[in-house]
Amino acid sequence: MDLLTPELGLFFWTLTAFLIVFFILGKFAWKPILKTLGEREKGIADAIASAEKMKGEMSQMKSDNEKLIAQAHEERTAMLKEAKDLKDRIINDAKEMAKTEANKIIIEAQQQITQQKNAAMTEVKNEIGTLALEVAEKILRKQLNSSEGQEAYMNMLANDIKLN
Amino acid sequence: MSCKSLFSLLIVALGLFCQVNSAFAQEAPAAVSAATQEPANGKKKLDIGELIFGHVGDSHEWHFFELGEKPVAIPLPMILYTTEGLKIMSSAHFEEWHKDEAAGIVRSNSYEGLHMEKGMKEKVIADNGSKVYDFSITKNVLSMLISVALILWIGFSVAKKYKVGGAKTAPSGFQNAMETAILFIRDEVALPNLGKSKFNNYMPFLLTVFFFIWINNLLGLLPGGANFTGNVAVTLCLATISFIVMVVRANKHFWGHLLNPPGVPFGVKIILVPIEIISMFIKPIALTIRLFANILAGHIIILCVISIIFIFAGLNKFAGAGFVPVSIAFSIFMFMLELLVAAIQAFIFTNLTAVFIGSAIEEAHHHDDDHAHEPEGQEIMM
Repeated sequence: MDLLTPELGLFFWTLTAFLIVFFILGKFAWKPILKTLGEREKGIADAIASAEKMKGEMSQMKSDNEKLIAQAHEERTAMLKEAKDLKDRIINDAKEMAKTEANKIIIEAQQQITQQKNAAMTEVKNEIGTLALEVAEKILRKQLNSSEGQEAYMNMLANDIKLN
Repeated sequence: MSCKSLFSLLIVALGLFCQVNSAFAQEAPAAVSAATQEPANGKKKLDIGELIFGHVGDSHEWHFFELGEKPVAIPLPMILYTTEGLKIMSSAHFEEWHKDEAAGIVRSNSYEGLHMEKGMKEKVIADNGSKVYDFSITKNVLSMLISVALILWIGFSVAKKYKVGGAKTAPSGFQNAMETAILFIRDEVALPNLGKSKFNNYMPFLLTVFFFIWINNLLGLLPGGANFTGNVAVTLCLATISFIVMVVRANKHFWGHLLNPPGVPFGVKIILVPIEIISMFIKPIALTIRLFANILAGHIIILCVISIIFIFAGLNKFAGAGFVPVSIAFSIFMFMLELLVAAIQAFIFTNLTAVFIGSAIEEAHHHDDDHAHEPEGQEIMM
């Protein structure tokens, strides 16, 4: 069959042309194109990888932040609690101290009062004593001014002795 | 899928072609007698077979159409190596053609001891019968040179854009289209078949094969275009290149499995090894015939469909005119299909080349599990 017999000339030219195209395009077109494509893909892959990494870092940071916040919360609570405790303690201490102080003052005051009362009492007693003596003296002087008075008194005294 | 419908269409078209041929065969004697009996009529009977083979075959001139009785054609340079040495001349010297009814061929005038014969193909024959080696720039060669220029231009302009833009710029315009094709070849053809570590070495080759075939297929579809990839010499040449690449790059593992398959009893080996060797040679032959037959068939179908108009017009003017819409519609459909086939065949050729090379450079480790995956599945594809 004529149609199936390859012609030498066409075979030769095809071979030549194909090889020329292959070498020229291979060197000046496909290589740089493929290189650029590879570079671009690598760039994209790198960008994605770095974005992924960044995302990881961000989430890490976020969790770190959360941890920090939680920690801060805890610390704040602890501090508040401590402050409260301290306050309570100070108040209690103050109360205690005030109480003791007051007691002490009261006791002192009582002592002083007692002392002064006693002093006053003594003074009053002395005064009363003196007054009574004076009164008695005056009465006696008045009573004993008369002889009947002296006599009556002497009787009374004698009565007292008799009775004994 | 598409290849299935393509196949059925091919059968329909071939059937049509046969009918046309037989119709023509029945018509032919009548036509001859009509021509001889009624020369006054002035009508030349259309020779569909000659027309079709004239279009799909190679030629030493680029024939466009006939203006009245005069053909409008560009004569092409002829480079011939004869017993008398190298001869370079114009094909315009062979201008007087006369039909040799007995041999069924058309013969040209003799010039410098040479003449041309047109049968199914155009041949340059020495008058004295000595051997002539024809290295002429024929229609196919010229068409190929145009496509080569086109491919080089495409390659360079796109490569320039990459160089200017660098890796950081997004592709734009035609570069984008090319990038899609390049990435398709890389990701769908080279990577799966050749493996991650080696595919890069074969990418320039596969890309060249793909674009060479595709662009030539497309150029062949242009009206007045040559049937370059539908020529067996071309596809044989391309398949031979693939085969040589495969054989040269084949590793020890491949030859070991081919010539001394491990784990096979000796008796089976005697049968298996020759089969394996034959199958190795059948691969490029399959490549040759697949591309050649597909493109040739496409051209023939479109020509047949168009010729139907003239066949009917030969019977009756109104029948011819009535058939115009049908024929145009069908040829548009076929043309669309051929656009698809042009890309599909380029892809299949490239893919099978990659598969063959892949099987030849495969390393030992994962051989056992995909021993059977070779191209069987795709071999069925047209």
